[in-house]
Amino acid sequence: MSAEQSRKLIVLVAIWSALLFAPYWMAPLGGYTALATRVLVLGLAAMSLNFLLGFTGVLSFGHAAWFGLGAYGAGLSLKYLALSTPLAVLCGILLGGLCGAILGLLIVRRRGVYFAMVTIAFGQVFYYIAFQWSSLTGGDDGLRGFARQPIDLGFFKLDILTNANVFYYFVLFCFALAIGAMGYILRSPFGRTMIAIRENERRARFLGIPIERHIWIAFSLSCFFMGFAGALYALVNNFADPRGLHYSQSGDFVMMAVMGGMRSFWGPLLGATVFVVLQDYLSSVTVNWMSFVGLLFVLVVLFFPRGLLGFFRRSKA
Amino acid sequence: MTTHMFNSRFDRRTLLKGAAALGAFQVTSPFIIAARGETPIRMGMVDPLTGVYAAPAGNEVMGAKLAVARINAQGGILGRQVELLVEDSANDVGTGVQKARKLIERDQVNFIIGDVNSGIAAAIAQVTAEKKILHIVSGGHTDSITGKDCKWNVFRVCNTTRMEANSVSNVLFNKYGKKWHFITPDYAFGHTLYDACTDDLKKLGGTVTGNELTPLGTTDFSAYLIKARAANPDVMILLVQGSDMINCLKQVVQFGLDKQIHVAGTQQELESLAALPPEARIGVWMFEWYWKQPGVPGVEKFVADIRKVNNGNVPTARHWFGYTSAMTFALVANQEKTTDAVKLATALENFELPDDVKLQPNKVYYRKGDHQLMTSAFIGEAQSKGKDDPEDLYRVDEVVPGDKTAPAVSETGCKVQWPS
Amino acid sequence: MMTQLLLFNVTNGLIIGAFYVLMALGLSLILNLSNVINFAHGGFLVIGGYIAYALAPYVGFWGALLLAPPLTAIIGLAVERVLIRPLYGRDPLYSLLLTFGLAFMIEDGTRFIFGPQGKPFAIPPFLAQPLSNDLFFITGYRLFMVAVVVIAIALLFLLLRYTRLGIRIRAGTLDLETVAALGINVRMLRSLNFAVGIFLAGLSGVLAAGQLGLEPTMGTGLLMPSFIAIIVGGIGSLPGTLAGGLLIGVASGVTAVFFPAASEAVIYVLMAVILLARPRGLFGEEGMLT
Repeated sequence: MSAEQSRKLIVLVAIWSALLFAPYWMAPLGGYTALATRVLVLGLAAMSLNFLLGFTGVLSFGHAAWFGLGAYGAGLSLKYLALSTPLAVLCGILLGGLCGAILGLLIVRRRGVYFAMVTIAFGQVFYYIAFQWSSLTGGDDGLRGFARQPIDLGFFKLDILTNANVFYYFVLFCFALAIGAMGYILRSPFGRTMIAIRENERRARFLGIPIERHIWIAFSLSCFFMGFAGALYALVNNFADPRGLHYSQSGDFVMMAVMGGMRSFWGPLLGATVFVVLQDYLSSVTVNWMSFVGLLFVLVVLFFPRGLLGFFRRSKA
Repeated sequence: MTTHMFNSRFDRRTLLKGAAALGAFQVTSPFIIAARGETPIRMGMVDPLTGVYAAPAGNEVMGAKLAVARINAQGGILGRQVELLVEDSANDVGTGVQKARKLIERDQVNFIIGDVNSGIAAAIAQVTAEKKILHIVSGGHTDSITGKDCKWNVFRVCNTTRMEANSVSNVLFNKYGKKWHFITPDYAFGHTLYDACTDDLKKLGGTVTGNELTPLGTTDFSAYLIKARAANPDVMILLVQGSDMINCLKQVVQFGLDKQIHVAGTQQELESLAALPPEARIGVWMFEWYWKQPGVPGVEKFVADIRKVNNGNVPTARHWFGYTSAMTFALVANQEKTTDAVKLATALENFELPDDVKLQPNKVYYRKGDHQLMTSAFIGEAQSKGKDDPEDLYRVDEVVPGDKTAPAVSETGCKVQWPS
Repeated sequence: MMTQLLLFNVTNGLIIGAFYVLMALGLSLILNLSNVINFAHGGFLVIGGYIAYALAPYVGFWGALLLAPPLTAIIGLAVERVLIRPLYGRDPLYSLLLTFGLAFMIEDGTRFIFGPQGKPFAIPPFLAQPLSNDLFFITGYRLFMVAVVVIAIALLFLLLRYTRLGIRIRAGTLDLETVAALGINVRMLRSLNFAVGIFLAGLSGVLAAGQLGLEPTMGTGLLMPSFIAIIVGGIGSLPGTLAGGLLIGVASGVTAVFFPAASEAVIYVLMAVILLARPRGLFGEEGMLT
């Protein structure tokens, strides 16, 4: 194994150890397991967005729509279809992903600000539908009356409903699946093409790469991952509500990705960690936490535009 | 256009990333509880201190803090001092649920109060029921909390929409007439309030000339008011709340509509009346509590105490909700000499509030069947300014007891299920 | 009956649209010249409103109306110098994120200084009368708002057409590099342009305060319609922004007659339709912001 490969391995081991033992080292530091679970879910959402933003170079500012749809998919499944958590997760993935894929067909010709604004438009339309179709979605009060169900694996039952730690590991398992898939895609020829498109779209086009099709596939994949994150979020809260679809939620995800480092794979998870933990801590300490979070946004953009990871990397160069 | 992705220096990256993560957690102060004899009793409170409900939420917290100060001055709960831990739900369900879990899992609270936002209150109720923590919903109005979604550990202080509608319907019908036109906010609270009002109206023999469903956050009510005027009702019933109420009333007065049609509604709050220009403080409403109650025991002291911490301003119903919620815990825990949630919940059924907590003339108690506080409705009329006090913006005509306005338990759809 | 209702709502929509135009023009100016997406524009509206609220007891409504916008513009200048200037030349995403954070800070700061409780803002009584019994929804104040918007647009037009600053701004919108090469101080140009945009936001704030009262969260609901007005009208075209604002005002007003629940959503649908069918908007130019 080369020095670089062993470095990569050390990093991965470090990250996964931190994640695997989170419930144990967090508590003495004043954390709590539910916080870690939330970090994982929002981190997955940020990484799903970054799959599109950081690796294809396409900004979607309405990506929370697929997140929210994933949450509703999972919730509706648990409430009306069957009391099964895996089915709920699948429904969430499908709802978020398929809606994204279908609408994606319409918008792939646009770029830049136009693309971003169309995604906001779609997101807001879904938001209003969720708000108004209250007989189905519960409207402003949100979708309630469902709860994540214990998973029966035959020889034992995973009590993810009442046991916070068990639920955390379930979410970690899902997280691992998702980012494993993401990593695999990014390392594949398709992933390389995405990066080529990000770096220089015109040149990629001259090379004969069907740009729109690639962007559509990347967009759709990121929507499926978003739906996954959304479904998990519904399980965390036992609740789904329209605010998860709102563009301000998208803004949070974009900020997590930028803060952690858009060009890196793990960056958004770091960004999500900082964002969630900071917000959690600050809002307990002061009612003016919004100023601090806003200040953080401003400072990150001004001084750490490549995100925390990008900053660390560059200062070593 | 570099492709730094997987092939940069990882040793420092590891170190720095780990340090950053660790640093982020170091910032969260660990909970150092002195291992002395007496650990304090903790009450957790989750409310949207930022966002559109910041004003009522802040007032609820103020009321709860006053209660905790009084409780501690009188010896605390079971001889132990009480701590109030307040968390901001930021008007977002995910945050509210997370804060509830934080308070329960990390901070080990014995009681939970919250949330002003009904949706968040209901979501938190699922958590508290799961964790077997006594939960009082101070200011979330949606009926299902003491209706079809009622839980053994959840009690509610503020009125249900049924109670609000029932309290004021007779008065409006007799005073103004039988043709009612509604301006209804288009969400669950608005819908249930509308249903409750129209049920009452039909029983009295009146008619609904129309219902304008206004999206939440509407700033311009012209379109709806144009339609309302065209329908020629006897009275316009404004069910909107908060900023929507403020804008709607302002425009009603600006358009001169109040000179042609009577204006009334159900729930009204001092926070809204205070934010209105004086000429827009009109209409017949119900308040859930009002500060000016001469002769009623305990009220004057409460008003004076709140004035001290509220820039000289008088308390609103929201202050009273927070105050009552916190005091309830202390009263029932001291009475039963335990902090066990099941025992306390059982004791809270038909629990009557004493004078210095209920702060109103009638009998006030938590009804057994649905855990709803039978609190009175203060029917009256808004006034542009008080005779003696600039904050006396409401003239109370009648105080109707809660058990007269509340529907029977069987009609609420609540069936309390106790844990086995 | 229906036609009368429709007519009322179209008129009403135009009045609302006029207000959107004021906000959107300021936003458009900043976007066109500097490629900055100012998500804090609503925040500056709030600042303008609260400055007017603070000044009104001393200088009355008219004094506040005259003083608050320029004071807001000065704050805008400071913000541009410190926070926005480093972002020129970078991807507009960064300005979007920074101003997003700035908006948080403004909302929270306002809440911190003035409290979360809504505050009334008194308008002169003679303006608070409706025009007539039938046209009751056209109050004097609304007409006044439209008048102020018309005056502001006229002044803006005069500024852009006949003053040196205006000509430079217009030239810079088309080709900033050449303008710089001609020896014009581009930094100052950007600053002044930003200040003009914020002036308009501050003015919107004072007008909004009279109509809606003051509340720390009042800016957020007005921000999105402004962006949509720009997109519908066409990025890069000020007349387009004007048309866009009026169009979405009318669309929203008319929808409120038939389908009130969708009256807010319809402007997003409109934006989506425009973006998909004719992304440069009604009057925009191709490739303004790819």
